[in-house]
Amino acid sequence: MITFQDICKSYRVAKRESGLGNAVKSFFKRDYTLIEAIKGISFSIRDGEMVGYIGPNGAGKSTTIKILSGILMPDSGTCIVNGQVPWKDRKEYVRQIGVVFGQRSQLWWDIPVMDSFELLQAIYAIPSATYRSKLDELTELLHLEELLKTPTRQLSLGQRMRCELAASLLHDPKLLFLDEPTIGLDAVSKIAVRDFIKKMNEEHKTTVILTTHDMQDIEAIANRVILIGRGQKLMDGTLDDLRAEAESMETETGAADGGNEETDLDHMIAHLYTKLNIM
Amino acid sequence: MIKKYYCFFKLRFATGLQYRMASVTALTTQLIWGLMECLLFKAVAEASGGALPMNYPSIVTYIWLKESLYVLFNTWAADNDLFAMITNGDIAYELCRPLSIYSMWFSRMTGARISEALLRCIPVLVCSFLMPKTYRMTLPVNGTAFLFFLLTLLLALGITISFCMLVYMLCLFTVSPQGWRMVLTGAVEFLSGNIIPLPFFPKKYLFLVELSPFAYMQNVPYRIYSGDLSGAAMYPYIGKQIFWLAALVTAGIVVWRRAAQRVIVQGG
Repeated sequence: MITFQDICKSYRVAKRESGLGNAVKSFFKRDYTLIEAIKGISFSIRDGEMVGYIGPNGAGKSTTIKILSGILMPDSGTCIVNGQVPWKDRKEYVRQIGVVFGQRSQLWWDIPVMDSFELLQAIYAIPSATYRSKLDELTELLHLEELLKTPTRQLSLGQRMRCELAASLLHDPKLLFLDEPTIGLDAVSKIAVRDFIKKMNEEHKTTVILTTHDMQDIEAIANRVILIGRGQKLMDGTLDDLRAEAESMETETGAADGGNEETDLDHMIAHLYTKLNIM
Repeated sequence: MIKKYYCFFKLRFATGLQYRMASVTALTTQLIWGLMECLLFKAVAEASGGALPMNYPSIVTYIWLKESLYVLFNTWAADNDLFAMITNGDIAYELCRPLSIYSMWFSRMTGARISEALLRCIPVLVCSFLMPKTYRMTLPVNGTAFLFFLLTLLLALGITISFCMLVYMLCLFTVSPQGWRMVLTGAVEFLSGNIIPLPFFPKKYLFLVELSPFAYMQNVPYRIYSGDLSGAAMYPYIGKQIFWLAALVTAGIVVWRRAAQRVIVQGG
């Protein structure tokens, strides 16, 4: 059970005009701008839900994930995950969560994937028997047999992402936070990742929150969608609710789009973002 | 608990073994560099008619120890992974682990340094014992000296790592590690006796250096091994080593606690 209430988070960004003169000037005196990444977002998520968290770039998606993972401390607001506050007693809290950042890697670059997994086993103090059976399960579901012996640097992006997913699930977390897990993947890898996430949810009742720009991810996985823009929550419902909302907006303006199902979804979202003026 | 840290050690050892060519080139560099230093000090010894603050055989031993255990104490090429993690934001994953960043990174660096040193010291040591007599490494003066050498070596390693940790923690505030590294690592190289053994420093400067933690890094164990430092003269050095280790670890943890409050993960 996740309760996220009135959370605000802002960053201080040093800004300057381009050019050498301005670079020198800013060396001595910086002008800081306060960027409000999240302006009072609230939602609650029940155990076993699969929630898609969408919004344009810079909407505050990653910031939300980082607050939920205990990495960032919000400026104000309350967040309680299974009775714990993520950023308080972080060490205890992170045992029950698994996190995947699609644009980063947690595997050691130079050595075989298996060695990284064994380090994780030691870090989370997973008993050998539990570790073995979990590893077998993940190996089978994600087809990792061959990959485990390969150094990380020689894996393709799709192969690496499958290993990253496995790495985040070795300690059998109750919650899984995925920050753009399908970014840059080919169709086959994307489908493999989606199927795997669905399976984890079905078999282990893992609560999943995922951010993505790929609407097919949302269609395939999420039974609930939260749309944010400019740091605020704009919609919260099923994908069909979102469609209905987009359609009602379209009829207002009289715009009608043809095309097949896939482009339809992307067009619908693009249209929604534009209409909501969050781009 | 120990298992976690042993695992970091093992992993770094494996990483070190992954690159064979690097070991070979490092060996060549260290042998040539060591020989050049021996020649230099031989010239100095001959010119000064033997009136040196350290006797010549001790200097040769000091140089070979310094070359073979180089990676234990080097500060300028210290764990680049950690710096990269801070600048590019991969620290995000480190913060999702049920361990304190300080102890995790401390053990990671210890593992990295010891494993790399084990890989590299053996060939350099073997070669240094086979050198012509004038440039030959000697055995420790006696068994006690060797035990004290090991003890002070570990303490010195702890001081060096906790000093680097402090630098890493400061990087969490400034983002770019370059500035800190340039200033601090240059100073450390010189002040810890890695370029010229500390007894060669003028008395006044030596007094100042001995007020800093740098005088208690590799300088102490090497001088004990080579017999330059022995008996009761060792104890104040060991006492100060313990003091600096405790002080630097405490400072590092305090800075980390402050940094944790305002961590910003770079790059989306």
